Amino acid sequence: MEIEAATVDFEPIFALDGKLKLQSQVELAGTQCAYQTYGTLNADRSNAIMICHGLTGDQYVAGTNPLTGRAGWWDHVVGPGLVLDTDQYFVICTNVLGGCLGTTGPSTINPDTGQPWNMDFPVFTVADMVDLQVHLIDALGIDQLFAVIGASMGGMMALDWAARHPERVFASIPVAASWRHTAQNIAFHEVGRRAITADADWHDGAYRGLGVKPEKGLAAARMVAHITYLSETAFQEKFGRELPRDSKLSFVLDPEFEVERYLDHQGKTFVQRFDAASYMYLTRAMDYFDLAARHDGDLSAVFKGVGTRFLLVSFTSDWLFPTAESRTIVRALNANAADVSFIEIPADYGHDSFLIESATDFHDVLEGFLDGSARRRGLKP
Amino acid sequence: MSPSVPRRADLRLIAELVTPGGRVLDVGCGDGTLLETLETEKQVEGQGIEIRNNRVEACMRRGLTVIQGDADTDLPDFPDRAFDYVILSQALQNMHRPREVLDQLLRIGRRAIVSFPNLGHWRARLTLLWRGRMPIVETNGMPRSWYDTPNIHLCTIRDFLLMCETLGITVEEGHAVGRDGALRRLGAGTAWETLWTHQAVYVLTRSRRVPNGG
Repeated sequence: MEIEAATVDFEPIFALDGKLKLQSQVELAGTQCAYQTYGTLNADRSNAIMICHGLTGDQYVAGTNPLTGRAGWWDHVVGPGLVLDTDQYFVICTNVLGGCLGTTGPSTINPDTGQPWNMDFPVFTVADMVDLQVHLIDALGIDQLFAVIGASMGGMMALDWAARHPERVFASIPVAASWRHTAQNIAFHEVGRRAITADADWHDGAYRGLGVKPEKGLAAARMVAHITYLSETAFQEKFGRELPRDSKLSFVLDPEFEVERYLDHQGKTFVQRFDAASYMYLTRAMDYFDLAARHDGDLSAVFKGVGTRFLLVSFTSDWLFPTAESRTIVRALNANAADVSFIEIPADYGHDSFLIESATDFHDVLEGFLDGSARRRGLKP
Repeated sequence: MSPSVPRRADLRLIAELVTPGGRVLDVGCGDGTLLETLETEKQVEGQGIEIRNNRVEACMRRGLTVIQGDADTDLPDFPDRAFDYVILSQALQNMHRPREVLDQLLRIGRRAIVSFPNLGHWRARLTLLWRGRMPIVETNGMPRSWYDTPNIHLCTIRDFLLMCETLGITVEEGHAVGRDGALRRLGAGTAWETLWTHQAVYVLTRSRRVPNGG
């Protein structure tokens, strides 16, 4: 079932007074940020956890996602008595800058023209997404987040929070993350973007109002990306060379293998909930991410004097953001004698292992780290 | 957090040797028993390095700070004197490059506490002399044969003290831990001590770093 984003009420929405100054030096007026919260902020406002979603994630971590009608993407992690226990913590998740679920982005209205931004929206970065979140916690009266947690693009944000706003983060938990987008990462994104712009319905990004969407291109982009989120083992175990009908080859070029039909389904459901222009901008933001760039490539300089506690997690079968990337970050943190924990979790599901409900090892590690951090922060005896 | 008293005698001794407060790095921290004891009993800020995934996970379940890593390769990352104590308990003999590791311990820590099995013990000598067999050194209570033991660099306490000397490392105090857990003070590593010591625990310092020492 397709629900038009415009029909969904994305409240609450935080409206930024003044302009959001972007890394590109562009100043963005009238910026809004849609977010969801779970649990209660305590009296001294010290129990807030910011969850940063991945590239195509959204603010609906737990409960029912009003857009899809399905459970939130981390519904098995966030809630009363769960790993991110909403009886203890005040959990915040924002739709990132440039997203398409209520936060300012290419699909929202440019206040200067009264028309959708489309491709006139300025190119922004992961740091800009974080800065919008900083404005939000300012507005909520939170001086310091107890924790920032994110996987993939969200992990980049968790790193950026600690690197540029260390005093505002007690603990940072970058999961399946990297300190920079690699050439291979950028290459995959470019294939996705090329698929979108090659779609006849793309109209240079001005498809809104024309009654069309570059669905074929966006679906193809999603199919490529989805392959990178899983592992060879996951594909092999889930699909192998299975054929749906009577297990015989049909001698046709149409999708025939189970794996082809699965990817087709992934693409089709994705275009119902995501905007192609947002996808273009958000993949670009990830491509631009390089924490060490501001320090001439010296990653350890990024974390000089950082007081934030860190937990880095990688997964054995993740080849998109492999363990070596996390290890490089750990080494840079060790060079500063920072308070850092790191574990590589054995998991077959690839990059997306952080989303899997059965990833109990990961959840136990997360819970242990949060408990230890809560004791150190004085949130727990 | 209810601290468990370490079962291993050398760990109980190490926990006593550490002065309260300060930062401690436990290299090869296992399931975190010692770190947990040190954090609760000695109010230290603890950090561990452990190579085995399930042990790292056990530490994290306890809320300890631990890095899944390799002491043979990861110690050079840390800055000089980052820790008040660096502990290497029953792991020196597992290192590929024990000399470099020991050198690193005294670089990143003001003090190092190292415990290891003494291959000079009379039982080990008798095994080799009379039975003509490689002495079996227990690892975590498990006797392992020469072909599958992780103890690839065993030494005697004399060997160890000689290595400390070449690296410009000073022994502050030494203790012998008997098979029954009984403790004795160790001196200069005499022939007698080398013969009778089952496990040794040394507290080490170094006033200056000897470049490429030895």
